[in-house]
Amino acid sequence: MNPRAAVPAPRTMVWGALTGFAACARSASGALAPAGIQAERIHALWQLTLWVCIVVFAAVLVALGIALAKARRARSTGGEAPAPSDLARPHARRAVTLATLVSGALLVALVVADVLTDRSLSRLPVDDALHIEMTGYQWWWQARYADDGGESFGVSNDLHVPIGRPVVVTLKSVDVIHSFWVPELHGKKDLLPGRTTTIQFRADRAGTWRGECAEFCGLQHALMAFSITAEAPQAFADWREHQRTSAAPPVEPAAAAGLRLFLGGHCAQCHTVRGTPAAGTLGPDLTHLASRATLAAGTVANEPAALAAWIVQPQSLKAGATMPPSRLAPDDVRALVSYLETLK
Amino acid sequence: MKPSPAAAGPARLRDGPLGEPAALAALEAAWRDPPGFMGMLRAIDHKTIARRFIVATLVFFLLGGLLALLMRLQLARPGSALIGPELYNQLFTMHGTTMMFLFAVPVMQAVAMYLVPLMIGARAIAFPRMNAFSYWIFVMGGAFLYLGFAMGAGPNVGWFAYVPLSSADYAPGKGADIWAQMITFTELASMLVAVVLITTIFKMRAPGMHLNQMPLFVWATLVTQFMVLFAMPAVMVASSCLILDRLVGTHFFDPAHGGDVLLWQHLFWFFGHPEVYLIFIPPLGFISSIISTFSRRPIFGYPAMVLSLVATAFLAFGLWVHHMFATNLPEIGKSFFTAASLAIAIPSAIQIFCWIATVWNGRLVLRTPLRFVLAFFVILVLGGLTGIMLGAVPLDLQVHDTYFVVAHLHYVLLGGGVFPLFGAFYYWFPKMTGRMLSERAGQLHFWLFFVGFNVTFFPMHVLGLHGMQRRIWTYPAGLGWDGMNLMATLGAALIAVSVLVFIANVGFSLRRGAMAGADPWGAGTLEWSVPSPPPAHNFDRIPVVHGSDPLWAAAREPVCVSGLAADAREVLVTSALHARPESRPLFPDPTAWPFVSALATTVLFVGSVFSPWAVVWASLPLAIALIGWFWPGRRDRARSMALEQRP
Repeated sequence: MNPRAAVPAPRTMVWGALTGFAACARSASGALAPAGIQAERIHALWQLTLWVCIVVFAAVLVALGIALAKARRARSTGGEAPAPSDLARPHARRAVTLATLVSGALLVALVVADVLTDRSLSRLPVDDALHIEMTGYQWWWQARYADDGGESFGVSNDLHVPIGRPVVVTLKSVDVIHSFWVPELHGKKDLLPGRTTTIQFRADRAGTWRGECAEFCGLQHALMAFSITAEAPQAFADWREHQRTSAAPPVEPAAAAGLRLFLGGHCAQCHTVRGTPAAGTLGPDLTHLASRATLAAGTVANEPAALAAWIVQPQSLKAGATMPPSRLAPDDVRALVSYLETLK
Repeated sequence: MKPSPAAAGPARLRDGPLGEPAALAALEAAWRDPPGFMGMLRAIDHKTIARRFIVATLVFFLLGGLLALLMRLQLARPGSALIGPELYNQLFTMHGTTMMFLFAVPVMQAVAMYLVPLMIGARAIAFPRMNAFSYWIFVMGGAFLYLGFAMGAGPNVGWFAYVPLSSADYAPGKGADIWAQMITFTELASMLVAVVLITTIFKMRAPGMHLNQMPLFVWATLVTQFMVLFAMPAVMVASSCLILDRLVGTHFFDPAHGGDVLLWQHLFWFFGHPEVYLIFIPPLGFISSIISTFSRRPIFGYPAMVLSLVATAFLAFGLWVHHMFATNLPEIGKSFFTAASLAIAIPSAIQIFCWIATVWNGRLVLRTPLRFVLAFFVILVLGGLTGIMLGAVPLDLQVHDTYFVVAHLHYVLLGGGVFPLFGAFYYWFPKMTGRMLSERAGQLHFWLFFVGFNVTFFPMHVLGLHGMQRRIWTYPAGLGWDGMNLMATLGAALIAVSVLVFIANVGFSLRRGAMAGADPWGAGTLEWSVPSPPPAHNFDRIPVVHGSDPLWAAAREPVCVSGLAADAREVLVTSALHARPESRPLFPDPTAWPFVSALATTVLFVGSVFSPWAVVWASLPLAIALIGWFWPGRRDRARSMALEQRP
């Protein structure tokens, strides 16, 4: 979070805004770049609706434009005197009736398209689906991959899914309402305390996308992202096997010292590292921390310096996060980071 | 029936067709608000109260706009640390709350409070003391919210305050309590105004003004106020349950104790969606007035327009679930709400077609009020079309809770609310003040606002489609959102400049503006038949109406009714459908009791935030104030008896 110290000149700002707008409007991402069948279907409906709306919008403006031109001419020739009563204008009545009927027909067509799309979204075949249970916390994500040819395992803020296989994500919340959203794969689904919801999707091409919480969930709603990677089935199987393994004991002396600090300090009270006595459940599972791209649910890139800063002063990176600041000596922080970096 | 002037007793001064100076002076004296500071607290004239109400809502509009500017500054750059998350969350909560509860809904009621009696030929508004009470309650509720915000107890849970985020566990402190009680304040005020306006419209129309001859703005107001009566109780129940959960430990919304988090959403949106139409329907009336005047034609298809308003009001109550498509609702239910959401486009479309037909057959005079109305056709139509997208479940799942919705709602609420409101302001300002607003400054204001608005909000559609979710205090660089956010911030600055131009225009015109005269636009409705600004008693003679747009029709006999007391607040009550004269009740005099009662109510509401016992103890002063208000004065009774016995 670096504040921009220098304010750019107004011309640079306007130019930046315009080029940025053009670049963004050209490049496709989010809901406009579907990577799975569900988002694809929504995108098709979007295109249909967008074109209908553009045509209607243009028609209304053209009609209004003609009316304005006609009425200005009428005034310049006929003066400004008001006409006390609505003269019988059968052609105007016909035009209004026709326009209303056309609008009604277009709306009915759109309703049919909407309902058909909605039905096909809810009928994605999920017989051989991969099942993931995702729990929302203020402000991070914990996922548990169900027993699927091996024991179940947990990951935090970082999902992987195989290409071409449907995925069923069961959504739960332990605190407030969150919403699960990966625009390239599907729309949103809320995580509701006291209720369980599910969302089904399928990734059809490889890629890594940003998922985010879409329902306002408190102080750091902005910093509650996760990443989701779709990869070939074999690569996914390898990833899954790797995630299932426990952490290997550290070899280097610094890392071993880091593990002692981890277990002896406060870390293990909240975090789990499988293969060690650390089994806390208040914070994310750190067994494969070093394999993730970001820290603190998408707040910063996962680099040693950022990790050290996060350990020492989590509140300056993400104010309000549950993680408390630590009072470790700089050497101890280095040792701890070198241990955490071994958790590939 | 109408007493004739001949039957008037010699001792009593009565109004009449001749407009004797003595009678007019007596009328003015009888209806004037008392002077001085105490007189200010005692004022009950609908024009005085409405003027204050409008000014108060515009002050809240400016405050809400300032909050929005701060948010846009924070979002101008990615990763900016200008405003932290806590303050940002308070800013957007306060912005939404202010604009919805303290500006958009009440300003429409306030304008109606000013115009409706003038449009229907009445000397006063029904229940004038209750009307004054509602104004005081509104101002005190708004002040309470801003006082809390200034003292660091601003709400930070969003204007929608979803549970459990707004419960005591996740929103400690007084912010959410103050928010919930502010809702109670403003909704109470709003419901009282609704009762006042409905009664005024049904019972106080000038003789002969059948329901189907009322100006369309009066129809829009009538429809809106009925919606208020049905929508507001839902949110009052919701906010009361919330505050009970927070303060006395009930469990309406707590799933761990059998409560339900979705119950809040249903109650809130059962009010929240109709609320959009509370903001949008009165401007449909502004638009009809303005288009009709500047096209020099009555609105095409009056019956279709009225039926469309009524249909919109009914359908508006069947859409609330489209705010909840991402929760776990059954599919068939969602389809119903999709169909309803799309169906409501039809009455709006009919009105738009009728306006175009009016212009088509008309003779156009292009002035500033009409410019703002023409902007409606661009902006509201676009907002309506994105609304059709949001009504479709699959599309909604993608764009729900993103900047696409932020864009949509501003296109609807500014295009459908604020643009026509500014048009109405330029249109009726001469009536309220006696002076014209500058046409050139008006054009500058219009173009700055129109361009600034589109530069701010159009990119937000694209941002939402590209994945930018709502209500985020910051966003990382590298997602392709930077340029469009910067653009939106620049547009917001343009809007700010346009509002400054508007304020300067108002300030200048109040002193130096051209004198308006009674009917500067050559309009056809009754409010233009009285001087600008209107006298305290509105009409020297109560007109008799023979059709719509009476000022455009040739005069017909009888022109007016006469014989109402000129030295007392006597009004004519007519029948609901055909406006046949029914009775001549005596209206109450100015009094400070509404103000005192509002103060007592405020003590009760504010106290209840700190202790539930305040409801018990503070009801004592409130009861005393209400007894004082309704205590039958001997003098009043004698006077009304005198009027009864010797008509």
